[in-house]
Amino acid sequence: MVTTAIPNAAGSTAPEDAVEIELRQPVIAALLAWALPGLGHVYQGRTGKGLLFFVCVLGTFFYGLYLGGGKVVYAAVPWEQQYRWQYWCQLGVGLPSTPMLVQRRRVLNNQEPLLKGFMAPPKNGPSDWKDDSGNWTTQPNELAKWTVEHHPHFELGTVYTVVAGLLNVLVICDAAGGPLVISHQSDKKSKKKNKQQTDDTPA
Amino acid sequence: MISDLAIASVHAPFAPLLAVVSLWYAVPLIVSVSLVCAATRHEQMGPILNHAVRFGMWIIVFMAAVMGVLTLLEAMA
Repeated sequence: MVTTAIPNAAGSTAPEDAVEIELRQPVIAALLAWALPGLGHVYQGRTGKGLLFFVCVLGTFFYGLYLGGGKVVYAAVPWEQQYRWQYWCQLGVGLPSTPMLVQRRRVLNNQEPLLKGFMAPPKNGPSDWKDDSGNWTTQPNELAKWTVEHHPHFELGTVYTVVAGLLNVLVICDAAGGPLVISHQSDKKSKKKNKQQTDDTPA
Repeated sequence: MISDLAIASVHAPFAPLLAVVSLWYAVPLIVSVSLVCAATRHEQMGPILNHAVRFGMWIIVFMAAVMGVLTLLEAMA
């Protein structure tokens, strides 16, 4: 069982004022935090923060997915012109984003994607698309079709889902090590001054 | 069917306003980013909300400053 202590809301660093946090098993908490944002905090008994992380991170992720028409979360495939690096960040959200790995595996093994292609990578080869004016055009591949079909929401959705994944990295760190407390400037100065005084004192 | 672009070009003076509408997409991001970042620095809800409000304001000021610089550069070009 691991515990940590941080200064209270008033910024007091005195041991009697410190807020003690029970981190339980930090590695398990970090894994749970990755699997489902906020779950690691609930495991540690920090339910309020857990709920906050759950709502914020998953809300951002699923809103991004909705904005991009459900197409913005997919794993990189070899035939794409540009490497889809964003999926590494999206994986930070944990289990909600992992279906993309299953879908990529199926597509690379020439199997039909599951769940009507949800989180499946874009198909290779020309794709027909009907624009708002009713004109049919042929896009060079399915990714190009998604991009023009959902523009500019495809890009926005990608940004939202990437940011959600990166935010969950912060959440995982918080579950593993507790809040990152930044000491005030005055504290730093007084510590430096105290250290100087100690150094100047003759032995 | 008249597209949005055609409407925007007819009402050219309103085109910048239409562009500003996309800025609203930043609001949910600012809210969630500031709340999550604040929550990774405090444990109690009061300080988290205080920090989140200040952090959100900083993001808005930073975005406004960048927008100002870009507008200035565009005007100078």
